[in-house]
Amino acid sequence: MNQNETMDREFNFRSWFMDKLLMGMTWPEYLRSLITPFNIIAAAILVVGIPIIATRFIYGLASVTHASYEYPWGLILGWGLFGGVPLSATGFVMATAYYIFGFKRYKPLVRLGVLTGFMGYFFAVVYLLVDLGRPWRIYYPMFVGFGTASVLFLVAWHVATYLTVQFLEFSPAILEWIQARRVYKWATFITIAMTIAGIILSTLHQSALGALFLLAPGKLHPLWYSSYIPHFFLASSIYAALVMVIAVSTLCARFLRHRADRYFLDSLDSLTMGLGKGAVVAMYVYFALKWVGVAHDNNWALLNTPYGHWFLVEVIGFVLVPALIITLGLKANAVPLVRFGAFYAVVGILVNRLNVSIVAFNWNLPDHLHHIIPPWKEVMIVLTLVTIHILVFRWIVSRMPVIRQEETIHETH
Amino acid sequence: MGNRFSRRDFLKTTALVGGSILAGGLKDAFAYKEFKGWTKSYGMLVDLTQCVGCRSCEKACNEVNNLPKPDVPFDDASVFEIERRPTAKAYTVVNRYENPKDKGKPVYRKIQCNHCNEPACFSACPIHAYTKTPEGAVLYDPDKCFGCRYCMIACPFYVPAYDYESALQPKIVKCIFCYPRIKKNMLPACAEACPTGTLTFGKRKDLIKLARKKIMENPDRYIDHIYGEHEVGGTSWLYISGVPFEHLGFPTNLPTKPLIEQVKGFLGAVPVVFTVWPALFGMCYAAVRHRMETKEDKKEKKEERK
Repeated sequence: MNQNETMDREFNFRSWFMDKLLMGMTWPEYLRSLITPFNIIAAAILVVGIPIIATRFIYGLASVTHASYEYPWGLILGWGLFGGVPLSATGFVMATAYYIFGFKRYKPLVRLGVLTGFMGYFFAVVYLLVDLGRPWRIYYPMFVGFGTASVLFLVAWHVATYLTVQFLEFSPAILEWIQARRVYKWATFITIAMTIAGIILSTLHQSALGALFLLAPGKLHPLWYSSYIPHFFLASSIYAALVMVIAVSTLCARFLRHRADRYFLDSLDSLTMGLGKGAVVAMYVYFALKWVGVAHDNNWALLNTPYGHWFLVEVIGFVLVPALIITLGLKANAVPLVRFGAFYAVVGILVNRLNVSIVAFNWNLPDHLHHIIPPWKEVMIVLTLVTIHILVFRWIVSRMPVIRQEETIHETH
Repeated sequence: MGNRFSRRDFLKTTALVGGSILAGGLKDAFAYKEFKGWTKSYGMLVDLTQCVGCRSCEKACNEVNNLPKPDVPFDDASVFEIERRPTAKAYTVVNRYENPKDKGKPVYRKIQCNHCNEPACFSACPIHAYTKTPEGAVLYDPDKCFGCRYCMIACPFYVPAYDYESALQPKIVKCIFCYPRIKKNMLPACAEACPTGTLTFGKRKDLIKLARKKIMENPDRYIDHIYGEHEVGGTSWLYISGVPFEHLGFPTNLPTKPLIEQVKGFLGAVPVVFTVWPALFGMCYAAVRHRMETKEDKKEKKEERK
């Protein structure tokens, strides 16, 4: 530790700044390193998108969305909240597997899972802030009025609390990064409590996002409206988390390879297979559950209608087929096939959530399919937020110990 | 220190409390907890066979509630070309529908908030911006609203409109059943303005009797259905019609239970998860730890033996 102490003494802000924020480069070097094809495309998107987001706040939602009375929720929430939250179950699933059930082998992926989850929830709230009529009142369900009979009240409380929990769960990485040893010890001490809090909150709000639609039986198509919808949302969020970890870790290993350590890269293939196994079991369970739902409401006759066909495309084409692909990959010991199946399954989750929140909602209104095509400005807002999401994620993974282990502090867990 | 609560006092108090319970002081507390509805609620009976589409109700509503001027004047019949709905500028609109029985005699239907007995908008709102008054009116408070628009998702009648144009003060807009007028024993503006007797204001339970009587006395004129008597648990506004309601844009796929009933099961699971999950997953954690510690102990013992 002697060496560290001398390092502390020699500490000065400039070197700290260069080391921590510019990743050891000088300003000119750093700026030059930013000129990449990806960054140029991202910058182009932001140049168009950020003014559109500003328009929304200056001229109201009517300037960027359909401003429809029949379709109060559009792509911003359908994508950002309903699609984003299940894919952000990564934090709770990985933390539970590792800390509670003792899957110690998955350690290299736990932080990545927690960060993906934290960022996902954070951006779900950002999407919500863009969509809320008066976003500056976002704290109202906590302090002004308590709609305790409202499922959205539960969602609001849980997402807020869980965002805090996830921040605390990820805080060891930040503390290692800035080398705050004392707080670090305290932060790791509360891990188990935070993980269990995460399970409670996730179980409830993942299912609650589905339960939101229980209040609209006349509007949501009967094949998607089911008393099981909270179970569907929870069950699918579990496999969503596993396939999302495969997808994100694949992308990190490909595009942020120089930020990863050997520990992460060497174990990734075998861990991917393990996650794939878990995902596939959860996917078959979910697939079966969907049919129990159809049987429960005796909706068989509806399967041979246009919406029924679309339901079959979703359940077979976007759940069963990716599950079979992953199974095939596992049998043939082909990691790329498992990865392909995982990306496919991620798309499947988005298809399902967009179906519930947009495609099958108000299905019986005239000219429905025309109404659900979002205006280009709304699409642009989503694209902009996705871009910012990726940039912030990359910024963090590049600097903090997420897919590598910090050498100076060894975890005691 | 002198006041000791003796055994005798205790028995006396117990007897007194017990006696008053038996005498009926807590009778309500023992009763089965059930919401019996708003017994004194007002309602409006809309007799669709009498409406001629004059839009006097729209005009009166606009004036009484100080709503913005309409884009098309109230005496312009061209609005009937398309099916309209209440908007951020209008609490109520009248639509024209083709009469399947008699093509020459179209049916007109006024549409506004139905003021449900157990409103879905109220159940949806996370901030309690909605109130169901004992008089029947469902009211909305823009000072509480943060604009999530879940009430619009939940409303089975597609009633609440949103002021999307406003960046700073967007709010839900919907009929208030002329609550301030009802409080002053006045008729809602639409009912007062209606020249044909289409709208009858009164106590909801009386209106149901009136509607039954009308249907019974004129079985050829009306179909045998009071829309709003049972739909989503009943609404303050009730409709009787000569043509089936599905021809007039009414949702006919709704449950007869209040919509909150669809969610109660889920909400009931919340305390269970909060109490059972920590025990269950805490035990899992403890079990895994225990197993690892036992393994380590065994290892140490083996090493000691060597």
